[in-house]
Amino acid sequence: MAERSGAEILVETLIDLGVDTVFGYPGGAVLPIYDALYEHSKIKHILVRHEQAATHAAEGYARSTGKPGVVLVTSGPGATNAVTGITDALMDSIPMIVLTGQVATNLIGTDAFQEADTVGITRHCTKHNYLVKKPSDLAGVVNEAFHIATQGRPGPVVIDIPKNVQVATTDFSRHSAEANNRYQPQIEGDFKAVNEAAEMIMAAKAPILYTGGGIINSGPKATESLRELAQLTGAPVTSTLMGLGAFPCDSDQWMGMLGMHGTFEANMAMNKADLVVCLGARFDDRITGRIDAFSPNSKKIHVDIDRSSINKTIFVDRPIVGDVGRIMEQLIAVLKGRRFSAPDYEEWWARIKGWRATNCLEYPANSDEIMPQEAIRKLWLATHDRDPIITTEVGQHQMWAAQHFGFDKPNKWLTSGGLGTMGYGLPAAIGAQLGNPDALVIDIAGEASIQMNIQELGTATQYRLPVKIFILNNEYMGMVRQWQELTYESRYSNSYSESLPDFVKLGESYDWTGIRIEKPDELESGINQMLETDGPVIVDCRVAKLANCFPMIPSGAAHTEMLLSAEDVKGTMDDQAKALV
Amino acid sequence: MMRIKDEIVKRHVLAVLVDNEAGILARIAGMFTSRGYNIESLTVADISEDHAVSRITIATNGPPHVIEQIIAQLDRLVPVHSVRDLTEAGPHVQRELALVKVAGKGENRIEAMRLADAYRARIVDTTTESFVFEITGAPEKIEAFVGLMREVGLVEVGRTGVVAIGRGPNAA
Repeated sequence: MAERSGAEILVETLIDLGVDTVFGYPGGAVLPIYDALYEHSKIKHILVRHEQAATHAAEGYARSTGKPGVVLVTSGPGATNAVTGITDALMDSIPMIVLTGQVATNLIGTDAFQEADTVGITRHCTKHNYLVKKPSDLAGVVNEAFHIATQGRPGPVVIDIPKNVQVATTDFSRHSAEANNRYQPQIEGDFKAVNEAAEMIMAAKAPILYTGGGIINSGPKATESLRELAQLTGAPVTSTLMGLGAFPCDSDQWMGMLGMHGTFEANMAMNKADLVVCLGARFDDRITGRIDAFSPNSKKIHVDIDRSSINKTIFVDRPIVGDVGRIMEQLIAVLKGRRFSAPDYEEWWARIKGWRATNCLEYPANSDEIMPQEAIRKLWLATHDRDPIITTEVGQHQMWAAQHFGFDKPNKWLTSGGLGTMGYGLPAAIGAQLGNPDALVIDIAGEASIQMNIQELGTATQYRLPVKIFILNNEYMGMVRQWQELTYESRYSNSYSESLPDFVKLGESYDWTGIRIEKPDELESGINQMLETDGPVIVDCRVAKLANCFPMIPSGAAHTEMLLSAEDVKGTMDDQAKALV
Repeated sequence: MMRIKDEIVKRHVLAVLVDNEAGILARIAGMFTSRGYNIESLTVADISEDHAVSRITIATNGPPHVIEQIIAQLDRLVPVHSVRDLTEAGPHVQRELALVKVAGKGENRIEAMRLADAYRARIVDTTTESFVFEITGAPEKIEAFVGLMREVGLVEVGRTGVVAIGRGPNAA
């Protein structure tokens, strides 16, 4: 046993837990921790330009590597700036540890300089949080925090550490921290429930697998199991935004994404299916559309590691609580044991073929302006053999990327789904590039979103990260403008991107390469130039300004009421629909 | 025009065992407010020999699917050991304690004493013009007693909120 300060105990515990990268920003209340980090070469600290970006970078790192992301920020504004990213990680189930400095314990509650009630503020946007009151508690808390963040449904955990706890010393020997075993999520699916689910699958005439981010979180083995289960059942497969990449887009069974901007065939199949097998997804409102019209004639199986997701919005016939990867293995074993092999579902596939024939992702051709969908497709064609990691901001460009970029591997698609945080993409790309130094990482962005964390251009420059930003610049907050067109008779209140910077010059001022693409015939060469440039590149791709993202289920509508193109738009909606998000 | 619809709700009493740690009450109460659930009453006290575990009794209300969510949401909190819906579990005893202050003279004062006697309320403080009654019982009994006291000079009420436990030999 040796005397160690809280800060030293913290850093050594992080190293023991295998932490190699920390995203952070120093300040008064974390100076002792920063001083302890100064001594350690095993932890790489990435200095961001704003604490929100530290949290998104940690999310990008976590989502692309499968390891938890670690954030270190100071008290007060450091912690409050991190709140958006913490909430984002909670909504999208991203494992993250956020270490926040706090004023000394004797100052807590006195409105001290840079004091904020971090534990209070983050109580409901974390999976769990702690205020550590003595250095001897630190190692145990940090160990438990990593366990909680990564096990069960992953999520963010905040550890608030007062400055005097960082400075004070206590007896400490490594590897001696007692692991607290109070958090033990259920992994294995209930045997009876799995059997019942297998029987439902065997009896189905028109089944569909509806998959989500849970499969990605479960790990690469779950992706393999999904492919096996799909092959075994012969059922069509659709996915939420968060689940893209778990199933290969070139499979005959792939239906595309479902939901508000999902494909016509995926939504129609959900509506007409007689069995919906929900695997690691949570019946989010962007998926279900109008609840009382959601898949009205199907039996529903719901596999989720979080019991509170079961029957939250949609009542299901057969819930199974546990890890989706493990439960798929159990299902496969039971189905194989019963010598089940894929029926041909002839009638079902014939109907699907009919829906597919609408070619719902087609968009009007345009020889004068670049269609944003075209830009995404070209980007995909130019990069897909390099297995790129794609991040996005939030809005039309995000949905176009989800629709038109093809994904076939997990952990390659990083986007803010649940919270819908503009400004997510650039810091997430930085985090992903740090976790995958040799990968091609592209942030598909909009000109409005990118400005929300544009300061992170400097972070990428500092750490020589060759991330690419591909801005679909339509000079509008496009999704807001689209909703105003659909709902408020094109009264474009505050959705025009006024006073835009020159993105090329802006990039150049940070030592990035800037490229502008203005005409359809420049698209391919511009993309190639971006790919051939070694360092970070920002591309300002000017696209058709008023293009809309179709297909679309307007708010309050059913899966069968999709708008397929501009001709379906009425330009206004009733109050019931207006009240929905 | 758009109106907001109401749903039919039912009262449920939940017994929640939690780690006795800082912030646990805020975590539980805050989960109710942040998700829009109701709390009729909430009591908490440490119940284990080593002071490590507290029992929280929550009286809440909602339609069945909301109650199911409340239980699931409570259960996923890390410091929560177990959640029991005593209303669903079957026969159970509910008790609440109230202190009821009544002031007055003459006929009202005598009537208050008579009523207190009928309800087995104890007098725990008295002056020539006031009483403080202590009454325990099911919430409906307290409700009825307080209602009667309003007519004879009620000035103040303090209630503990309900605690409840299942009947029979087994722990919940």
